[in-house]
Amino acid sequence: MTTLLDRKLLFVTGKGGVGKTTIAAAIGTLAADHGKRTLVCEVDAKGNLSDFFEAGRTGFDPTPISENLFAMSMNTEESLKEYLSLQLKIPVIARIGPLARTFDFVATAAPGVKEILTVGKLAWEVREQHYDLVVVDASASGHIVGQLAAPEAIKELVQVGMVRDQTGWMLDILGDPARTGVVIVAAPEEMPVQETIELAERLRAETVVDLAAVVVNRVLPELFNAGEEALFEQLRQDEGSVAALARAAGGPVEPILDAAELAVNLRRSRAGHLQKLRDALAGTELLYVPYLFQRSHGVRATNRIAGHLGEELGF
Amino acid sequence: MARAARRRATGTLEQLLAAKEIVICCGSGGVGKTTTAAAAGAMAAARLGGKVLVVTVDPARRLANALGLESFGNVETRVPDSAFAEAGIECRGELWAAMLDTKQSWDDLVRQHAPDAATRDAILSNPLYTNITGRFVQSHDYIAMERLYEIHASGRYDLVIVDTPPTRNALDFLEAPERMADFFSSRLLRWLTVPYRSRLVNMATKPFYKVADTILGSAFLEDIAEFFLLFQTMYDGFVERARAVQRILEDKRTTFVVVSTLESAPLREAEYFMAALEERRFHLGAVVLNKVLPSYLLDADAAEAARRLSADPDAAAAALDGIGDQESVARVIGEVAQSFLNFRVVASREAEQRNELGRNPDVLASVPYFDSDIHDLAGLVRLGEQIWR
Repeated sequence: MTTLLDRKLLFVTGKGGVGKTTIAAAIGTLAADHGKRTLVCEVDAKGNLSDFFEAGRTGFDPTPISENLFAMSMNTEESLKEYLSLQLKIPVIARIGPLARTFDFVATAAPGVKEILTVGKLAWEVREQHYDLVVVDASASGHIVGQLAAPEAIKELVQVGMVRDQTGWMLDILGDPARTGVVIVAAPEEMPVQETIELAERLRAETVVDLAAVVVNRVLPELFNAGEEALFEQLRQDEGSVAALARAAGGPVEPILDAAELAVNLRRSRAGHLQKLRDALAGTELLYVPYLFQRSHGVRATNRIAGHLGEELGF
Repeated sequence: MARAARRRATGTLEQLLAAKEIVICCGSGGVGKTTTAAAAGAMAAARLGGKVLVVTVDPARRLANALGLESFGNVETRVPDSAFAEAGIECRGELWAAMLDTKQSWDDLVRQHAPDAATRDAILSNPLYTNITGRFVQSHDYIAMERLYEIHASGRYDLVIVDTPPTRNALDFLEAPERMADFFSSRLLRWLTVPYRSRLVNMATKPFYKVADTILGSAFLEDIAEFFLLFQTMYDGFVERARAVQRILEDKRTTFVVVSTLESAPLREAEYFMAALEERRFHLGAVVLNKVLPSYLLDADAAEAARRLSADPDAAAAALDGIGDQESVARVIGEVAQSFLNFRVVASREAEQRNELGRNPDVLASVPYFDSDIHDLAGLVRLGEQIWR
């Protein structure tokens, strides 16, 4: 079985709000820490990948973050420029007419071109072996399938021409599970779990890309073992004990006990969703990342999550 | 300080929904936007009466679950009275739900605007058309607004509540009508279709075609040209329609509800979105904050008590006789105290975020963290009651 970091291209996706960018940044950090030359690319122009590295604004040209680690932001117009100058081998042709207008045409009038310029650029970095690993902070789950299916769609639509010729090698890379995979980030809540299951199904049905792993983010810690929970219940029900505890604590303990009950209930309802996820995705690697109470983003959170992911991957 | 006195939120969701005809819910993903839209719809139908429709445009299909409906397409489906009865709620009006089927909506639009049957059929069978409408996501945004317009103009409902894709797309969503109108009136489009109209390529534009041709191939270009030539027959209808859709967003009867949690990332997106609304002078009706941790976590005396328990759980365990063996009791007390302090960090951070929520909307509603997920009408109404007054 190929382990996650041995692949060359990872698309990290998931329902909005589950910590997709954090996980993408953490995977990149982890890979770089293990000596892999790694590029993390955010696809959403208004993203905040740089916050997770405390780096300045990232652009189309990769910014070095730390040893082995680089970050960039996708820009389809730049990608087209690069493509034209590389493929047409006549740099001047890229400047013909106002390129912006040409680009507008390509991007707006020809559907899927924006998507293919994104996916194509990433696959190209892999083909040229500029990096050991390219981690993509990809589109959210609602849009990722359209993006990953773009090369095939273009292949169907465009009968001849350069773009069509390009789709062949892209599909080779995308469809090779040894090289390319999708990582779905989920939170252990009802809707994210369900969306993850649906997305896994759609990826299988509509794209050539392999599902590499599912990262379950923000898993709450287990408060008690079974015996302890009974003990807690007993304490909670017994007024005398609560009063004694309050005396020992020198302050109100009701809020403390309420909070514990909330924690237990949250953990329990989430455990049910996790079970559903495990059942539906039997055979897929599941990685668990604990909930961070202190901070949810920033470079320190990224490093901590990279540490947890490393443990899950057996490093 | 330009904006010295912060205006207090004065209105209620009840007032807002009683006054408006279109409510557009937006916010980042995972904050309970869909659920909030559904809850607001259920409350409006139950309490205010009238015919209320909840539309979801999110490509991921979630509203159906929250409303307990198995599946529903472009068709507007009524949530049966029996569902309200089962939930123990008396419903004064009618609650309807619909999900946006992008392809279906485009087809309807073409049927409506095509000048004749031949053009209509040619468009519907054009390979490019099929792809634009079916596969690529940008078309969702426009068609969602278009459909909102259509539903509102039909007069079939007293109130339409729309759930939108996550914020970054929701901005596209706001601009979609404008962009559509621009696109159809753009010179580029005419330019592009020129050689296929006249078969005379203007020398000045030749390099452009050369590049386009090399990249995409002429057959594809012809497909594109055919598509847009056909579409141009619907140009007037489309542009007019797109402008009307744009006007509806600015209308006084329309309001936006921004949904968020108090986590930093969604909150930042909510602020970004609120700024975008203000810039466009759209009406921000309410901000709904979901999954807010209970306020008892902010109790300073309790925090002090938790710290003491955490520091010396054994002493506390000794004070509790007859519950269990001391060691286990001490561990339980230690865990409980630690857990309180952990959640308190989160609650404190969120309280600060709430204070910093810059622009005060008319309504600022908080929904507590529910122990269990909302998956039925009763749950929706339970949530709705939290934000209603």
